[in-house]
Amino acid sequence: MGLTLGYLAFIVILPLSALVLKAAAMGPAAFAAAATSPRVMASYSLSLKTAVLAALVNGVFGFVVAWVLVRYPFPGKKVVDALVDLPLALPTAVAGIVLTTLYAPGGWAGKALLALGVHVAFAPAGIVVALVFVGIPFVVRSVQPVLENLEADVEEAAASLGADRLQIFLRVVLPSLLPAWLTGLALAFARGLGEYGSVVFIAGNLPMKTEIAPLLIMTKLDQYDYEGATAIAVVLLAVAVTFLLFINGLQRLSSRRGAAV
Amino acid sequence: MSIEIKNIKKRFGDFTAIDGISLHVPAGELVALLGPSGSGKTSLLRIIAGLELPDEGTVLFEGEDATLRRARDRGVGFVFQHYALFRHLTVFENVAFGLRVRKAGRPSESEIAKRVNGLLDLVQLAPLARRYPSQLSGGQRQRVALARALAVEPKVLLLDEPFGSLDATVRLELRRFLRRLHDEIRVTSVFVTHDQEEALEVADRIVVINRGRVEQVGSPEEVFDHPATPFVMSFLGHTNIFHGRIEGGKARLGSLTVDAPELSDASAVSGFVRPHELEISRTNGKPGGVWTTLVHANPAGALVKLDLSDSEGRPLQAVVSRDFFRLLEVRAGEALYVRPRSVRIFAATSSEEPLSFLGEAI
Repeated sequence: MGLTLGYLAFIVILPLSALVLKAAAMGPAAFAAAATSPRVMASYSLSLKTAVLAALVNGVFGFVVAWVLVRYPFPGKKVVDALVDLPLALPTAVAGIVLTTLYAPGGWAGKALLALGVHVAFAPAGIVVALVFVGIPFVVRSVQPVLENLEADVEEAAASLGADRLQIFLRVVLPSLLPAWLTGLALAFARGLGEYGSVVFIAGNLPMKTEIAPLLIMTKLDQYDYEGATAIAVVLLAVAVTFLLFINGLQRLSSRRGAAV
Repeated sequence: MSIEIKNIKKRFGDFTAIDGISLHVPAGELVALLGPSGSGKTSLLRIIAGLELPDEGTVLFEGEDATLRRARDRGVGFVFQHYALFRHLTVFENVAFGLRVRKAGRPSESEIAKRVNGLLDLVQLAPLARRYPSQLSGGQRQRVALARALAVEPKVLLLDEPFGSLDATVRLELRRFLRRLHDEIRVTSVFVTHDQEEALEVADRIVVINRGRVEQVGSPEEVFDHPATPFVMSFLGHTNIFHGRIEGGKARLGSLTVDAPELSDASAVSGFVRPHELEISRTNGKPGGVWTTLVHANPAGALVKLDLSDSEGRPLQAVVSRDFFRLLEVRAGEALYVRPRSVRIFAATSSEEPLSFLGEAI
């Protein structure tokens, strides 16, 4: 217990405290100015929106992927199962460059989408695509083990009590998976909020339009504006912590009832 | 509601789980499917419930073909070995589940409350209605599962090893509870067990199943006292087996010789004697017995189990009352004269086929 806390303090809390301390040294007026300039505000909004959207997309499709991987036998299942982890292993820059090549107006996916009037690369949609790519393992790997452990006899019990397949899914399976699903969603969101490498290539990085907050931090650092970078970082940190605490609360609410048997 | 099973067959890959079972369960009876694990008894129960489809054969409910009817339309209550409760729902909501998912004629909220509370009273769990399954003991969970299955007023109640994962004392208590409950509500019930004692104590009738086939159907007394096959004989309690032949009205089973005037000569027979059917004495009593050595006496409970060994070192088991054991004044290593009161003799054809019952010799 003490050892764990000490370790956590060293690895996580120490750097974060240093960050907050550095920001605190700025004084409120300078902090407010650095953290709330229009360009910075636009980047928060973009980062939040794209991260939420990507997390939701992953929430739906990650769930479906986990479901298919657990419930259906198909040839090559092991390979597909291994592929799910790939976005974690691939350097994010590689992912960014590949996605950009594909979705750029000249790439084959970009060309097809452009014909439909949809801009992906160098537009907010491109950011979402990149975040979906890096976020999907979190949802799949959170839901999958819980789904695997869901005993078949619980669903059979529901069937013998007269429930149809939809009722079984909504009343039995989904409530059991909810805590794990929320965890996956939170992780995918947190990753999306902080993701940098894969986004910078596909986003185009136009100030006020497709410039994400983490990139803005890098930009400020390049300009030796350490205080400005710190201010943005602290705001991002606060948003992430608030959101994760909120999800944690939801999770506790839904798992208190279903405490492991 | 009566259940009629006609020539059911079920294979899983190369394994034949059920190899042609036909069975009739009259309305209102409590029937035990008794057999070792892998005998096909659980598969048969799941086929009756509609959780599994048979490869061949038909299942009739009250004379109506229900073979292809979906589980949710069968009106059966199913109780699982590992309870299969809904963890995210309270005890009350678990029991109410079957009523809430009903599409036609869903009862009103007050009716649901009335019905669920009535059932919780029946299974003596009313004070725990607001708890979650994780806060209950195994016995309590299984009673919730029972109440949940009964809530939909099933025409048939099916129980798969319902006491299998409980400890011994709870198991005893719960199986008496099931017997009383059945006497009260009289719903046609089938339960699966591998525990012969459980089947003998709870069931109106016992169906002994082995290797996907029915070995014998009968009341507990019938299957225990008049086993149809050596399998039934040895599955329902311990038996001593003697191998030998029949010659001129006498069964010569190793060192034992018993009169068998009604039996015709046979070259290979097996004689089965239950431990309590062996007469024990310290002196050479009536003829036909055999001298043995006492290896170990286990005075557990009201009876004393004696492990004996005959002159060729073959083990024998006998059971005597505590009082009689005291009178014997025997210690390990001393000699005892053992004589069977009766021997059930089966023709020993081959180990694969069920042996045919020839008769009893005295």
